[in-house]
Parts: sequence; C-alpha cells; structure tokens
Amino acid sequence: MKKRLICISCPVGCELTVEVENGKVISVSGNRCPRGEAYAREEAVEPRRVLATSVKVLGGELPLVSVKTDRPIPKNLIPQIMELVKGLSVNAPVELGQVILENLLDTGAKLVATRAVPRLPQEPLNPGVRPAAGPP
Amino acid sequence: MRVRKIDVLVVGGGAAGIAAAAAAAREGADALLIERNDRLGGVLEQCIHPGFGLHRYREELTGPEFAHRLLGEFDSSGAEAVTGCTVLEVNPQGPSVVAASPKGLLKFRPKALIWATGARERPFGALRIPGARPAGIYTAGLAQRLVNIHGLLPGRKAIVLGSGDIGLIMARRLHLEGVEVVAVLELRPFPGGLMRNVVQCLEDFGIPLLLRHTVAEVHGKDRLQGVTVVEVDEEGRPLPGTERYVEVDTLVLSVGLIPENRLIEGFVPLDPLNRGPVVNARLQTEVPWLFAAGNNVAVFDLVDSVAALGARAGTFAARYARGELPEGRAVPLVRGENVLHLVPHRLVPGVPTPVYIRVPHPLPRARVSIGGVVTRNHVGVRPTEMIEVKLSGEALEELAGLPEVRVEVSPA
Amino acid sequence: MRIAVIGAGAVGALIARELTRYEADVLLFEREADVGWGVTKANSAIVHGGFHEAPDTVRARFCAPGNAMYEGLCRELDVPFRRVGAYVLAFGEEELAVLRELQAQGEENGVPGLEIHSREEVLAREPHVNPEVRAGLWSPTVGITEPWTVAIAAVENAVANGLKLHLAEEVTGIEVRAGRVQAVVTGKGRYPVDAVVNAAGLFADRIAEMAGLKEPVLFPRRGEYILLDKAASGLVRSVLFPAPTEKSKGILVLPTVDGGVLLGPTAEDLPRGAREAVETTPEGLRRVVEGARRLVPGVDLSQAIKTFAGLRPESPQEDFVVGPTVVKGFYQAAAMRSPGLTAAPAIAKWLACEVMASELSLSRRGSFNPIRKGIPRVAELSEAEWEELIRKDPRYGRIVCFCNRVTEGEIVEAIRRGARSLDGVKFRTRAGFGRCQGGFCTDRILQILARELGVEPEEVPLRDPSSPLVMGKVRP
Repeated sequence: MKKRLICISCPVGCELTVEVENGKVISVSGNRCPRGEAYAREEAVEPRRVLATSVKVLGGELPLVSVKTDRPIPKNLIPQIMELVKGLSVNAPVELGQVILENLLDTGAKLVATRAVPRLPQEPLNPGVRPAAGPP
Repeated sequence: MRVRKIDVLVVGGGAAGIAAAAAAAREGADALLIERNDRLGGVLEQCIHPGFGLHRYREELTGPEFAHRLLGEFDSSGAEAVTGCTVLEVNPQGPSVVAASPKGLLKFRPKALIWATGARERPFGALRIPGARPAGIYTAGLAQRLVNIHGLLPGRKAIVLGSGDIGLIMARRLHLEGVEVVAVLELRPFPGGLMRNVVQCLEDFGIPLLLRHTVAEVHGKDRLQGVTVVEVDEEGRPLPGTERYVEVDTLVLSVGLIPENRLIEGFVPLDPLNRGPVVNARLQTEVPWLFAAGNNVAVFDLVDSVAALGARAGTFAARYARGELPEGRAVPLVRGENVLHLVPHRLVPGVPTPVYIRVPHPLPRARVSIGGVVTRNHVGVRPTEMIEVKLSGEALEELAGLPEVRVEVSPA
Repeated sequence: MRIAVIGAGAVGALIARELTRYEADVLLFEREADVGWGVTKANSAIVHGGFHEAPDTVRARFCAPGNAMYEGLCRELDVPFRRVGAYVLAFGEEELAVLRELQAQGEENGVPGLEIHSREEVLAREPHVNPEVRAGLWSPTVGITEPWTVAIAAVENAVANGLKLHLAEEVTGIEVRAGRVQAVVTGKGRYPVDAVVNAAGLFADRIAEMAGLKEPVLFPRRGEYILLDKAASGLVRSVLFPAPTEKSKGILVLPTVDGGVLLGPTAEDLPRGAREAVETTPEGLRRVVEGARRLVPGVDLSQAIKTFAGLRPESPQEDFVVGPTVVKGFYQAAAMRSPGLTAAPAIAKWLACEVMASELSLSRRGSFNPIRKGIPRVAELSEAEWEELIRKDPRYGRIVCFCNRVTEGEIVEAIRRGARSLDGVKFRTRAGFGRCQGGFCTDRILQILARELGVEPEEVPLRDPSSPLVMGKVRP
C-alpha cells in the first residue's frame, strides 16, 4: 500500500510516498533529506501527536487550565482522550507542570498543566474591581 | 500627575516586551515594562498549542509554557512590570509617555523607549463582505481567547475564512471541542499558515482546506445562519456560478495581522510594506531614543524570533540610555525582487544581525542574496515562512563597506 | 391623562421628552430591545441645513428650524454636535446651475449663510476634494451628531421626568371607538390611553392601519455605508455632498463626531415588506466607493473598518406625515425620511407643545428638568478631570476599548443606565466602535456585562436574546 504524505520536518514540505506492507515501511521516496525519511517511517505506521487542550478548574481565577500530553500519543486515540478530558476537573490552585492524569489510556503519557491557575480570592478587596499590580 | 524617570521604558508585555525589559535590566538599566492587560504574556497565554520555543529553548513548548520561561528570565533580571496600565500618548519631546491605570494617570520620562505593542487582527468590517451583521462573526484571536481563557464556545458549526496559522489552530481547537468545522477557506492558491499546521490541524481531522475560495456574503439577521462560499480567480475576484450556501452559525476570520503603531506613527518613519517602523540592526528606529521589537515591526512567524528581537532591542536601548550607543554609520538594506517584508532596514558595522525576509509568493527554488556577498540557495520558499539569514564577521564587515545592500530573492 | 408614544427612535424619543413637560402619564413603546435601534441607528448622522427641501414641503417647514434647535438641545442633553458646515460640490456648468437653484431654495426656506464658493475657495478649505470641482455651495449651519445618542439621551431625560419606557414590547393593536383612540394593545397587555403618537419609523404605516388610517404608505429605502477609521480623519472637515438627484442627496463623504469618516449612502428602493433588509450588497458597496471617490479621489479603502446598511421610511409623496388625524387622539410623526433627524426637535416641539397641548388641554408640570448628563467620556476629559474621576472610581482608569479609549467605569455606567447587550454598551460608550471592531474588547465587555447583570456570559447577547454571542461553555 502506498501512502502520500507532506513532510513537516522543515519548511520545504516535500511530498513523500511511503510504501507500507503489513504495518512495515518498505520504502520512502520524495524526501530530500534523512529527516524526511524518519518522519515518513513513523507517520505512515503510527502517527503521533502532542495533544493540547483544557481541563475544568474549580475555584480558580480562570475557569480552565491549559494542559498537554507530556509526550506524543497515537493520533487515533485523540478522540477518546478528548472524551476523557471533558469529564475531568481539578481544584485550584493548579501549578504549571502539575500532573492532572497519569497513564492516559495506557499510553504511558501524562496529562500535565501548562500554566498555573491561582485560587480565586475568597472575598475580593473591592467588589467589582479586579486587583491590578500597583503602579510604581 | 506622577512623573517617573527611568532608563528604559518598555511598552507592551508580550514576548518581545518581556524579553526586551529583561535584557535591558541585565544590561544594567533601570527597566520598567507596562502592559495594558491584567497579566503579562500577551497572546502567548491563549496559544495553548505546542510549537513554541524550538529556537530559544531547544524544546517544544506551548504558549503558556513559553511565557512562563520568559517570565522566569524577566523575574530574575530585576526589571519591573506594571499591568492594567494603558499608554495614551508618546510625546517625542522629552521624550515622555502618559499612561492610564486604576491608580491614576502616570507619566514616564524614559531615556530610551522600546515599542513592543504587537499586532491587531484585521477585522471583518475591513473585508467589506456584503450581507447582514449578525452575532457569530469572530476574529480567530478573539475566538481563541473566548475558548481558551474564558472557556466559552463561540458556536456549534463553524467555517474559517483565511488559512493563517491562528485560523488553522482554531479550526483544530474548535473541532476538538465538538464544534463542527465545515472548512477553511483561503483566497490565495496556497495556504497562509505553516505546512505543519495544515497537516496537523486540518488533515489530521479531515477538515477541508479550500484554496481560491472566499465568503461572498453572510446571512442571518440576529445570529449567523450561513455564508455564501464562492471560488475566486487569480485576482481574487468571485467566479460567477460557483456560489454555494453553507449553513454555519459561526464565522472565524484569520485574514491578517496589522502591526500596531498608532501612537508613534505620527513621528517615526514606517516601512509601508512591513507597516512597522524602519529599524537598524540595533532595533533602533529613525528616532534615536525609540527602539521597536516584535510584531509591531513586521509580523513574524515565530515567537522565538520576536523574543530574540526584543532581547536585542533591550540590550541596545540600555546602552543608549547609558550614552554608550554612538550614532555611527548605518548601511541601508534595500528591497530587490521578491522581498515583501524585510527586517532590519539598516546594517550597523560591528553589530551582527539576523536579516528576516518574507517573499510575496511561493518559489520552488530560490537564491537569496544579501548585497551579493552572502548568497544562499533555498528549496521551497513560501510567504508563510520567513527566511532568516545571519550576518556577522567578515561578511558583515564587507557589507558594511558598501553604500547600500540590496536584498533579493531570485528564482533559481 | 395618559399618552402612548410608539417608537423610541430619535423622533419618538424627542416627542416623548416634550410630553413629559406636561401633567400626563407618558408611555414609550419600542419593539427593539433598546432605544434608537431602528432608522436612528444607521443613517448619515447629519443635521441638515434645509436647502435641499422644496419650499412647499413639510420637510422644508421643519428642517431649518430643527437645525437651529440642535445646539440648545445637545447642550441640555449632553449629546455631541458639531456645526462643521457642508459643501454641495458642482462638477461642470450644469451642476453649478443646480447649486444656484439650491441656494435660492435654501434662502426661501430661511437657511442662513448660504454662499457659492469658487473652486479655489473649496480646495483651500477641503484640499482633498477632487480638483476638477467647479464650485461649491457652502452651508455653514450643517452639523453632525450621533443620532442614537440623541435618542438615548432624550429617553434618559424623559425617564428622569416620569416617562415609562417599555422596551421589547411591540404594539399589536390600537383600539378606536367612535372616532377616538381608546387603548394601545401590545404583546404584554392592554393600556387604556387618551392619545397615541405614531413615531414607529419603518413600521408607522402598520400602526396607522391599526387605527384605521391609510396614511402613510411606506416602503424602505436602503442606504449602504462604509466607515473609515480615525486615521482618515484629515480627509474632510465638512460634509461633502454631490449635486443632488431627483431621488436623493447623493453619496457623501463626511466626518463623524468621533473622528472617523463616513462614506454613503446609496438609495435603493426595496419592496414594502423588506423592512429588516439591512444587508449590504456588492453593488451597493461598489457604488459607495465610486460615489465617494468622485468627490474625494484619495479615499483609502484600507482604512475601512465597517460596512453597514440602514433603511429610511420613504413614502410616495416623499414627505413627512405629521400632526393630528381624523381619529381623535391619534397623532402622526411618520414617514420621517431625510431630513427626519434634523426636523425631529422642531416637530417634537410643535406636535407636543402646540398641537397636543392645546387639543388635549395639557397643563405644564412645574418640575420638568431639561438637563441630562451623559456618561463621562474619559477620551474627552482634561487630565485633571480624568484623574479626579479615577480617584472617585478606579474603574475609570482601566481602559477596556483601546481603540476608542473607553474605560470599565464608562461601561459599568452604561449598564447602570440600561445597556443589556454588547450593542447597548457600544452605542452608549463607543466601545468596540474603533479600528479593531471589538477584536480586543468583546470578551472583556462580555465579562463585565455578565458580572454587572449577574448572569452567565452565554446569556449576554449582541443585541437581544435572538443574537447570542456564545453558545455554551467549553467545560460545562
């Protein structure tokens, strides 16, 4: 079976043809450099992506915290992982790098926070005015 | 009004401004950063996708992570920041800057000013698309802020006009959040964003990219009901008979960024094609105390470049504030063929610099020439990806000896 | 005594305000969710001189007097108004003859200060005008204003004087018995009244029909516009008209009160039923550009920030239908096509204080207060005034709309005064009206509206519940 891919290793965007049989790459053509071949070998058999999305935060200054998978996960698992993520929530404060969920669908990948979300102050000092950093 | 004297004042707390203030402080200057929003980081905060930092940190980061790293550099630099503070005017006499904040109006008298205000999105109204004016039409950046910061879904079924990177990223983001993304339309015959985003944001999810297509009309009195999609010819004119109605409740626009220079354009020369100030290799504008960095100079592809420019501007502005930046000879860089955006506009002897070049249309094979001294062959040059050529050492000195340096990209 | 005014556009709002000078319960019904959202929202915003109107028309009778009232009115109501003057430009001898006719007509209508200026005089005052211009008719009394602010301010002032405002309440029937008005019926109830004023704009014919009247007959005339950013503000100082045609005053180039430049309108007659057809069209926008460039060739379309269309209520006789009718207690202020905005204060005064006061034997209230203070606009304050405002309320130091320099304080005040939507805030404060067209501030205004009104952001609309801005939460 032949698969056609656009190489995204660099801006050139070579059009690659990959021949795959029984889940094994037989040949790669159209690439101008070795990086293209490496890309094609993975992309044709088991494409992987880092997934970035958001998780609900309870009691935070923001309603969501941005998250990502700490390593590329198989592309075909993205819809399932999104369903999983939609059911999650985390209590504020959230720290950057905090692990929200371990071993996503047995991939070994972790879902980690990519920002901090402080806890919402219990009683605002001045209702209606969000505290700002002071001028010099 | 309170007046504060300062060595280096930086306006704009995005990647360029944060890097600039940190670099100025590291260079020994008393540096202050002012930002109109409540948090520093600019647009990085809402760019939750990966793809940042490969140059600066040799690691692929998301926008918030990149901002965090940069803010780490800022915090350890000794620079100060004020948020919720909006600049109102820049008075070239003095110079002085007036800003508004909830604590009152503030006046600054900096020795050097770094303009790092970024870019704004071209609005729907500027496209002069006929039809109704319903709710549900958003620029991609606004849609991104609604989704990623406020946690609000703009609609249920969307079409994206313009294949700039933010448009592609938002197509994927909306798709992942359960919004049906019907298509991404691009007026030109080639995508406006990076190939990698075309693959990872559209192809991965089966979202069609329709090149040479645009929106001819929007429909819906209250909330958007649909759009008329039409094919266009080489000049971007609609082809009669190709119209079709597409039912959507949301139109997301990614139709260009405009460098934001409103408060300085009255007294500093701008490059009409970059739409940003003319700068030399030190990121110094034609007004010696005014430096500029980031997307207000020209719209860049990578935040890494923006931060790098910011840091350079910070260093040189600090030296200027100390009186250690003599006005010397500068050699003009002039546009030759196939050069749309060009940064900087002047070489300064002894100041190594990257030269950023954007071509107006794709070239399968191209030869880039900087004054005939530095030449490079490229395969597949596209408007979506700037060419970066680093100048230093002997080549730079040779170029610095010329009356002017012609930058051109010729088909090879 | 109970009087219902139907239609909260500039005309209805000004009439309602005049009526609150008297001992009467005044009710103002509006089908839209806010004041001034019909004809008032999308027109040229000009206070006309009165030279365009044929002397035997009702338009001519009220135009110049209405113009003369604007300064006082806008001072009382704290509404922006600038007497910038206008040129009607002639290209060629034939059009020069038209200018002479207009001048004579204007003088007959009592329009002060009309002069024909030479090409050189025109170009000295308006250097961007097409140099092929032959001459210009100068009318110094022509002004510009913000029509929706006229309506909002008049309603706010009237409410302060006892008016009861019924928004989003469409009138569905008028009860008439024995040739006399008895009641107004809306989707929400029946209101017994002694008198009704029909100021229903594009829908005034339907209201008249409900009272059994055949006049006015209305059809919508569409006008398309292009708004240029403040960066274009040097392009024109005064209102520039071409020589008029039979049908309209033509496509103009004019400054707006907040520093932009407006191009338009077209004049396209639509079928009677098309009363919500505010779409712009490729042909219309092309004509606007063509017409504007004929007057000012240097119009730069890269400065365009918005295109929009408005409808004017036109009648076959092309004149206002104002005054008492054969139905006792039913008064018209209808078919208010151009120069309706200009004539409105004069018509309001005449209809309320002469006709209705006498026919209904209204007596003056002692306590009428004509003064309304607008929302402070920090963009127009001195530094000292602004500092003072921030000291009292720090939210006036937090800028939300960067393009037009509108603060959180102004937005909160607009909401306190009745804004319930993004457009409600926009038309009261100019937030989102600038060059980025809300790209930076829409989400911030949405948050402020939700917070101040105590609702979820999903419940904040562009205009009313049928135009939601967002459709749910990412993580409910």
